[in-house]
Amino acid sequence: MGKIVDISQYKINQEPYYKQVNKEVDLYEAAYGVKLPVMLKGPTGCGKSRFVEYMAWKLDKPIITVSCNEDITASDLVGRYLLDANGTKWIDGPLTMAARYGAICYLDEIVEARQDTMVVIHALTDHRRELSLDKKGELVKAHPDFQLVISYNPGYQSLMKDLKQSTKQRFCAMDFDYADEQTEAEIVMKEGQVNQSTAEKLVQIAQAARNLKGHGLEEGISTRLMVYAAKLIDQGIEPHEAAKMAMIRPITDDADIRETLDNAIDMIFG
Amino acid sequence: MSPEDFSEYRQKFTCKFPQAIEFFDENIEEIRSRLTQEQIEQYFQTANFLCSIGQGVEPVLAFLKYSTDLIEKLGVDVAQILKDFGYKLARSPDKNALVPFFEAMQKISSHLQKPDDLQEIIGIIENFIESTRTVIHAHQLIHSSEGLIPLLKSLAEIMFKLDIEGLKNFIEYGTRNYRDTPEQLVEYFSLKSHDAKSIILRERKGTTFQSVENKLYLFLQSHWNCEFALSAYSTGIHSIINPEPYLDEEMMALPDVYDDTRGENGELVSGIMQYYATLSHLAAHSLWSEKLMADNYAPQLRLFVSVFEDARVDTLAIRKFPGLKKIFLALHPYPEKNVCDDLKVSTLRFRASRLSRALLDNDFKPEDKLMSEFRNQFKALLSDNKQSSTAEMSKLATDYFVKSRLKSDSLPDVYFENTKVHYRDDNRHIWYHYEEYDEADEVPANEYKNDSEILDIDSLPPRYYHEWDYVSESYRPDWNTVYERLHPSGDSSVVESLMTKHSDLAKRLKRLIEIMRPQNKTRIRFQEDGEELDLDIALRSFIDLKSGQVPDLRINNSYKQFNRNIAVMLLVDCSESLNNKSEETGQVLLELSQEALAITAWTMDQLDDKFAIAGFSSNTRNEVRYQHIKGFSENYDEMVKARISCMEAGYSTRMGAAMRHAAHYLKNQQAEKKLLLVLTDGEPADVDAKNPQTLIKDTKKTVEELRNDGIYSYCITLDKRADDYVHEIFENHFTVIDKVERLPETLPRVFLELTS
Repeated sequence: MGKIVDISQYKINQEPYYKQVNKEVDLYEAAYGVKLPVMLKGPTGCGKSRFVEYMAWKLDKPIITVSCNEDITASDLVGRYLLDANGTKWIDGPLTMAARYGAICYLDEIVEARQDTMVVIHALTDHRRELSLDKKGELVKAHPDFQLVISYNPGYQSLMKDLKQSTKQRFCAMDFDYADEQTEAEIVMKEGQVNQSTAEKLVQIAQAARNLKGHGLEEGISTRLMVYAAKLIDQGIEPHEAAKMAMIRPITDDADIRETLDNAIDMIFG
Repeated sequence: MSPEDFSEYRQKFTCKFPQAIEFFDENIEEIRSRLTQEQIEQYFQTANFLCSIGQGVEPVLAFLKYSTDLIEKLGVDVAQILKDFGYKLARSPDKNALVPFFEAMQKISSHLQKPDDLQEIIGIIENFIESTRTVIHAHQLIHSSEGLIPLLKSLAEIMFKLDIEGLKNFIEYGTRNYRDTPEQLVEYFSLKSHDAKSIILRERKGTTFQSVENKLYLFLQSHWNCEFALSAYSTGIHSIINPEPYLDEEMMALPDVYDDTRGENGELVSGIMQYYATLSHLAAHSLWSEKLMADNYAPQLRLFVSVFEDARVDTLAIRKFPGLKKIFLALHPYPEKNVCDDLKVSTLRFRASRLSRALLDNDFKPEDKLMSEFRNQFKALLSDNKQSSTAEMSKLATDYFVKSRLKSDSLPDVYFENTKVHYRDDNRHIWYHYEEYDEADEVPANEYKNDSEILDIDSLPPRYYHEWDYVSESYRPDWNTVYERLHPSGDSSVVESLMTKHSDLAKRLKRLIEIMRPQNKTRIRFQEDGEELDLDIALRSFIDLKSGQVPDLRINNSYKQFNRNIAVMLLVDCSESLNNKSEETGQVLLELSQEALAITAWTMDQLDDKFAIAGFSSNTRNEVRYQHIKGFSENYDEMVKARISCMEAGYSTRMGAAMRHAAHYLKNQQAEKKLLLVLTDGEPADVDAKNPQTLIKDTKKTVEELRNDGIYSYCITLDKRADDYVHEIFENHFTVIDKVERLPETLPRVFLELTS
């Protein structure tokens, strides 16, 4: 069977800061009540991962996060035999661990993974709630506390890399987006340790960049980058410089767009 | 002026022409008030001289009329300079240019600072005359310089836009290119031809709208989240009314150029910043201004409504973007108190401008109780983050106007100096009328629109491409006009029968293609699951296992189909020479090209490559014909074959322009390798390029440009004598086909070799 894993190491001990925008906390709690799998949709850096952490803390359940990429295979999720000096040993993957011990399994940026990897979750996400470990010959029945959560950025994925309908339709989905200006400013104030006026200006700068989405920018500025800028300002960096470094330079190399956004910083900070 | 003085001056002036004397009598008073004694002496000396050179009354009359400004501004030496050159000109075949010369000098006097400047301009003119004067039989018969008078007439406008260096470049370009074609020379120097306007735009100091257009759109989108079409109006001196920026439902109009300027405190405000300021003001209006019925307001009152409303939207804009404040204040005029007398002139605009400054600038002291009081009211309406409204501003304006009105406001003489705020618009969008008139609002002209385009229903609007001039090592802007049209269709069965004719060749090629395909597989290593065991890695893993370490399980290889990631553009020369017959077989070259094209297209289709085909020819630089045969997104189907079937040949070979046009399609393709294959039978040439080197060098430059854009150019030529030039243009990337009848075989083979 393998050694018993201490699942409590995956619990969140300290409350993560999260500000509810649109009843998403209630919605998630309801979904968790019946252990429905949940899909979080939204642009990068708008709070999806933070939200799941918050809910895990609130529900006092352990959470296992997997960052998906093109190279992960089914066995990375499910588990594999490893060879050691004594022979073979089965090690559970994160999905199996969550199912076995009753944790929330959070697959982040799931579209990046190959589609043949994704089918392993199908049996876990319908009424069967079981995971077949073929190589081991074991059928794992999911713990009553187990729940699967995935995140998905519908924005810049190519046509080739979309989720199959058979996968999509196993989840209930919640839309996430950047919060309204006031809430975002509050988040930036709290996380970045700056005053309200500075936070509001940073939000306004992000807004200018978001206006350019589709006009030369693939993606606007995320809340996360604003928090970085705020932290730099809190460290004593001059606001113009902090904003350029944390918010503009990472998102674009196009000279005209840079100049326009640098100008926005000058105009907004004055 | 006393009668004694009058007769004294009269005696100094020895000219006998009645018109000159008449002019003298009418203007001597004014001239005396403007010039010093010494200057007047020179003035008369020169006039007398010009009278005596035997060229009639025109020279002296022109001098009398137009030189006063110059002498007054630049001093007495100017008269001598004018006299010398005037004399020279009068004795030359260009004597008709004398009057335009004096006229032009007067008009440009504001651009000259010292007599040396005048000398420099005259030197430029002399060079021009020398280079463009037509000389027949070496001095036996000299004709006038055709372009001189147009140049002199345009000089004022050119100097308004360009500095002396720019003027020299402008003249040099026109001289070099049109020296031998007098009609075009005149058109260029009259500023009518398209490239004259392009050159001026290129040489113009300041920030032009064209050069920053993209940034302006981005600015509007990011800062104000609004989309307006942007257009530019000309700010040349020929505009009778000074145009102002304006806003309407879908469009914002801006000046075509902003020069860097200095603000009130000497700080530099760049051209692009001025554009941003104007755009911000216009966007603020579109966001916050409402309409008022014009009929309810007298014109003078409308001025004040504008002042208050402009100040309000500027204040709101500054609230949104604090950084705008210092830019607006730098650009807003700072009218000093007491510069005009309100008994003699209308101080309406002056007061409005002081009020406007007061509303925007807290540090500005109006020193006028009424103005201060209304400033306070204005600020109160906008305090605590309030937005107020256009209607509230109009009430405020009416109140102020009524209380501040002066009798002198209706005097015809209005004090205008330093009262215009250049980043603000004419506010036409605020006023609507009870009855809509038929007259449209003033739309200032855009002189950069090209009127000489041939519009044809069948062809796409023309595109302009630069051409490289190897003599001056610079580009001729917008020199070539390329018209693209769909190639006419014929009977696609012609192509089918060609394929049948070459069926042996087709079989051989097919075998080649098959060989090429399977080899195009790539191996992917380090796979946990795969098609084939990689023995080396497997051994390593086993060793690890034996030594007590955890082995790497990725011991397999798998194979993936390697896609040929190629896009090819096949550009076929369809010039007149293709109607010639091949020396060996007697077959028309055009037919051979068709065959080769059909087979190559079939080959590319078999390999699933992305490809496009087009034919080209040219009839002077103004009509480069590009015939679209197949686009990248089209399949190689009946329609395409039908077009290949009826290819025709005619005209000349302006290769550079056609290649540039083809390249712009190729650039948009997503592919690792981009190939431009040019099939031709001779060197680049055209009827209006007398020097054969011109187009050869331009094509060479095109190959370089394309290379910088990631496009690989290759030439297949039927010209046995191609070695003279093709090496220069294409370096090693060419194939000369000696046996022309083997073209159908060679073309696809070359293609396959290039892309394997």
